Amino acid sequence: MSLANAAHSVVEPSVGTRRFAGSLVVLYAVITMIPLVWIVLTSFKSPDDAISYPPRILFTPSLEGYCNLFTTRSRQTPEFIKTLGPPQGLCDNIARDRNMVIAGPSNYVPRFVNSLIIAFGSTVLAVALGTLSAYGFSRFRVPLKDDLLFFILSTRMMPPIAVAIPIYLMYRTLGLSDTRLGMILLYTSVNVSLAVWLLKGFIDEIPREYEEAAMIDGYTRFQAFVKVVLPQATTGIAATAIFCLIFAWNEYAFAVLLTSGNAQTAPPFIPIIIGEGGQDWPAVAAGTTFFLVPIVVFTVLLRKHLLRGITFGAVRK
Amino acid sequence: MNDLSTSSQITYRAVLVEPGVVRRIRGLSDKSLAWLFITPTIVLLLAINIFPLVWTIYLSFTNYRANRPNAPTLWLGTDWYQSILTDPDIWAAMQVTAHFVIWTVVIETVLGFGLAFLIDKKFRGHGVWTTIILLPMMLSPAVVGNFWTFLYQPQIGLFNYLVAFVTGRSASSFQMLGDVTLSPWAIVIVDAWMWTPYVMLICLAGLRSIPDYIYEAAEVDRASNWRQFWSITLPMALPFIMLAVLFRGIENFKMFDMVNLLTGGGPGSTTEVASITLKRAAFESWRTGYSSAFAIILFVTVFGLANIYVKALNRVKSR
Repeated sequence: MSLANAAHSVVEPSVGTRRFAGSLVVLYAVITMIPLVWIVLTSFKSPDDAISYPPRILFTPSLEGYCNLFTTRSRQTPEFIKTLGPPQGLCDNIARDRNMVIAGPSNYVPRFVNSLIIAFGSTVLAVALGTLSAYGFSRFRVPLKDDLLFFILSTRMMPPIAVAIPIYLMYRTLGLSDTRLGMILLYTSVNVSLAVWLLKGFIDEIPREYEEAAMIDGYTRFQAFVKVVLPQATTGIAATAIFCLIFAWNEYAFAVLLTSGNAQTAPPFIPIIIGEGGQDWPAVAAGTTFFLVPIVVFTVLLRKHLLRGITFGAVRK
Repeated sequence: MNDLSTSSQITYRAVLVEPGVVRRIRGLSDKSLAWLFITPTIVLLLAINIFPLVWTIYLSFTNYRANRPNAPTLWLGTDWYQSILTDPDIWAAMQVTAHFVIWTVVIETVLGFGLAFLIDKKFRGHGVWTTIILLPMMLSPAVVGNFWTFLYQPQIGLFNYLVAFVTGRSASSFQMLGDVTLSPWAIVIVDAWMWTPYVMLICLAGLRSIPDYIYEAAEVDRASNWRQFWSITLPMALPFIMLAVLFRGIENFKMFDMVNLLTGGGPGSTTEVASITLKRAAFESWRTGYSSAFAIILFVTVFGLANIYVKALNRVKSR
């Protein structure tokens, strides 16, 4: 072994190896980002630029996609449009250039609001139930503990369509079809298994001495849970909540089968945004961009806990 | 992984039964508190998962149709099960599913492990690039699947354009979603794009769990890099790789959203994975009894395969 090599630890890769590995990973990252960048670019294109051949990388940015996403328009004759007053705002201007008049707001905002309400509602419920159960499983000797934990996990193995058949019938009987409450309950039941498994891992890591010290000081077990364990588990609870939020936000199968208008979330709605003569790709891209941005933010926030979240707490680091 | 937490639990348990501590606990007893904390979750799962499952099992023995709720329900015994297991269409769907599951898992494992291996070299900025690579798997499969239909457009799509650019073929000479031989690969490509980072992340944890001193010892013994890879890196990362394969296998066996939006099962039924067949039977032709039986068969299959696999995984782990 030469002296130069001996200078650093034998397990440290050499500079050359690192550069080579780095460039391959960067290459992969760049390729993998192309579709996402393309979505964002398309959302700022005019419909003609979006479907031009060859695909345009340089184009004049336009907000038409976003305007079309948030409004519905009707075609009018140029003579009729001339009789109208001055255009109201940017979108009105764009619409009139295409001989259209804005007829009203689109359904995107209500769908987006449904997504928000259902995702947050089910997350709060799942995390609350999950925290309690996780504490119970972590600290107490529960009969059949392993079986119960496995049962909780196994509910995730069912194909969503298989679950949707009886849920559809059950909700029809109970009047929960196409309601936000129904979707919140359903997503809670799916997320609670993730919440229990993840939070049990987080709570297992909090030393029991803390609660025991508190109980020796006169706290009841419940007080110790609220005042000692919960503050310690904040990071874990936050990470779990974001995972639940992402699932509920992204979910499509239940949403498309069990909701139609009232409680429909954004994922089943975005694909059916159509303009005149087929899909309005800039509007679809705008809806997609709008919908994906929160997830990108959350992913960056979560990056340290991602591994745990995606493996149900099986792999910790 | 969690050896530490188990050993510490044992010591704490010993502390718990100490009489001084127990006397201090007022209010609810631990036992009733435990049940108070666990019961709501179990009740919710019983109501929204288990009760429907039992109902599905019942429906699978009947001729019930959800679009005719008032028609008399007849008990059919195991008729549906027999007709499903002998139905060539169902076997075709299972073959499509198998093609999809096997190829996605193979591609994602090879690429994901390769990427993890490279990232583990800790080049400058590897943290930022790792986060960028992870993005696709966090996105909504439905929304992403829908957008890929745009990328796959034969004339205007970016995918076709890039393939044409690289291979020199005409961009309109092939249709990823409309061609019977290409469409099964179109869904594999999108899934691999989304989920390779998932396998990468788990493999990376596996590689990082290998202690440095093992490599140092191998270095002292003058083991070649090649040898180190095959006798240290791969075997020690294997439980993690298998865990990733298990999760991806189950998820892709259930695959619905992305494929439904990309191809809807077409052209013909070339990309009709099991979940899409199930959706067509249950929510388009409203054969509720029949689809319930198929749902049960799918569930048992996933459950059975997962159990066999977990056993194998545990054997590898304990080695």
